Amino acid sequence: MFRPIALAAAAALALAPLAAGAAGETGHVEDIDFSFEGMFGTYDKAQLQRGTQVYVEVCASCHGMKFVPFRSLTEPGGPEFTEEQVKELASTFTVWDPTLFDGEGDFRPASFNDNFPENNLAVPPAPDLSVMAKARAGFHGPYGTGLNQLFKGMGGPEYIYSMLIGFTGEDMEMAGSFFYENTAFPGGWISMAPQLFDDRVIYDDGTPATEEQMAEDVSAFLMWAAEPKMMQRKQMGITAMLFLSVFAVLLYLTNKRLWMPVKHREGDG
Amino acid sequence: MSGIPHDDHYEPKTGFEKWLDARLPIAKLAYDTLMIPTPKNLNWMWIWGVVLTFTLVLQIATGIALAMHYVPSADGAFASVEHIMRNVNAGWALRYTHAVGASLFFFAVYLHIFRGLYYGSYKVPREVTWIIGMLIYVLMMATAFMGYVLPWGQMSFWGATVITGLFGAIPGIGEPLQTWLLGGPAVGDATVNRFFSLHYLLPFVILALVVVHIWAFHTTGNNNPTGVEVRRGSVDEAKRDTVPFWPYFVIKDLFALAVILVVFFAIVGFMPNYLGHPDNYVQADPLVTPTHIVPEWYFLPFYAILRAFTDDVWIVAIVDFVTAGIIDAKFFGVLAMFGSIVVLALVPWLDTSRVRSGRYRPMFKIAFWLFVLDFTVLTWAGAMPAEEPYPSIALIGTAYWFAYFLVILPLLGVFETPEDEPESIEAAFDSDHPVKAIDQTGPAATPAE
Repeated sequence: MFRPIALAAAAALALAPLAAGAAGETGHVEDIDFSFEGMFGTYDKAQLQRGTQVYVEVCASCHGMKFVPFRSLTEPGGPEFTEEQVKELASTFTVWDPTLFDGEGDFRPASFNDNFPENNLAVPPAPDLSVMAKARAGFHGPYGTGLNQLFKGMGGPEYIYSMLIGFTGEDMEMAGSFFYENTAFPGGWISMAPQLFDDRVIYDDGTPATEEQMAEDVSAFLMWAAEPKMMQRKQMGITAMLFLSVFAVLLYLTNKRLWMPVKHREGDG
Repeated sequence: MSGIPHDDHYEPKTGFEKWLDARLPIAKLAYDTLMIPTPKNLNWMWIWGVVLTFTLVLQIATGIALAMHYVPSADGAFASVEHIMRNVNAGWALRYTHAVGASLFFFAVYLHIFRGLYYGSYKVPREVTWIIGMLIYVLMMATAFMGYVLPWGQMSFWGATVITGLFGAIPGIGEPLQTWLLGGPAVGDATVNRFFSLHYLLPFVILALVVVHIWAFHTTGNNNPTGVEVRRGSVDEAKRDTVPFWPYFVIKDLFALAVILVVFFAIVGFMPNYLGHPDNYVQADPLVTPTHIVPEWYFLPFYAILRAFTDDVWIVAIVDFVTAGIIDAKFFGVLAMFGSIVVLALVPWLDTSRVRSGRYRPMFKIAFWLFVLDFTVLTWAGAMPAEEPYPSIALIGTAYWFAYFLVILPLLGVFETPEDEPESIEAAFDSDHPVKAIDQTGPAATPAE
């Protein structure tokens, strides 16, 4: 009797991401099969390590990542560098320490327990990348319904990948600033210059550093940076669903048994 | 507590129970609440109350833990949420459960409300239950809105700006009122502090109102799908219409809850951000306005009503002219939005039909399902940008919303010819579950269902 109402409510719920998708004209976003998609998908450790390299050698010259602690690079499910590797990496960054210089503050090399520094020196200002992969998850279609996100797992990393390789080579100057044409960026003109070209970095693991390879690796890395606990989250989801399904079956049987005498009276009127 | 006659009352047995019962009859209260005679024909739409109670407790429990790590300030809020997501043990689980929990809360409350609308649960003698429920709903909206501001993302900031702007649209006192609400000329440190304080307070007010809500319908007894009251002539008569809440409905509701939680944890585990807005992962920036400011999905129908009234709608133009500009398009939209909730709250007095359940009202059924459709369409229109054809669709949807409550429900009571109601709950229940022919020779047959 009341099933249609549940359907209507479900439809309303399914429409919710329209809110998310309504964000302006959308550029072209490629679908990539990242290893972390789907219920059982996990981050690819080697890919995250390569992505770290691209971030450190390319992105970090303008962008910051102020919410991500260096030590999280060693945590399980992530790039899983050793503590030694991370200490060495951290020491190549400088962070502002307000306790130094008699309380007036000074820069010092970052340590294992610091966060990645924010970068406010870039001109034009470059946004912080800590949660960028989640903040850009809205550019998915079709028509802003979010269905691609639901069924293909398309989201922020796909957008970042598409933006990184989406430069057409055209640029223009407006009011003293340069803009570069980009097929993924909403509006079509982005103030970031093209950054990736073949062999921009030399991968430690020997993977050929093509433009697409670097774009994919750093997109995966930024997804990890935005959602470092994704593996634990999916594990909790699976555990909770399994447990609750068994619990539901038991309750169903209990309920059926309980109501049997009420529903099936033996003709006593 | 219930007015339904029954003979299963609490008897203190042990010495301690007698001692306690003479001083604080709390065990008696719990016993009577759990053993309340409940119409035995309640269908699956009667599970949402227990789901909602569970969700309220879930939100309070996760919320208290989150509050231990959250920093309510313009500078610290966004960073503290990231701290929760990265450094707090299971902080990500708490936050995602809390965020998706808000959606579950509204999903359940809408089904709960629509169930009440269809089966006429708001009618005599349950008007007070309905009004308390509406108060809970309004407080839920206030709590959810303020909770969404706390992460201090772009949508938090601009949502707060737009929603408090609704109060700013009130002629004369609007601007000082908005400043008073925000604690300053714009959304800022003072705003996030007071919203945090109220976001912590209001759930406990809701909890108290939930107790009153339950108290009210335990006094009148539950409604049921037939809308026919439990017979109260004798204990025996009442017994034929009811079963005790424990264990019959507790187990049934727990089963439904478990199924719902399977879906809930699928969302928490695999797509926790699907129901949110990605822009809220960008820290609040007063200098950058998002292209589209959209509220969470559960506010979209009312957002559509708010935006439906633009300058060029003739009724707005007339009202604007007649009131000499005091009620302009913006204020008109605000009035319409609050009015849409007011008419919902007043439905016990707007529906004139003596027949309670929609099951026996053929014309009402059509109007009701159109209303459900209307709700869905408004949800969709609210998510769309404010450019044609969406405002026109929203306007039509808004017109039906008000027509349903102010025209259709009052008139149907006069013009509609209802079908016959069953003579009792027992009769309706028995016709749904016919007596099996008793097999005299073999063992009792096992029913298929």
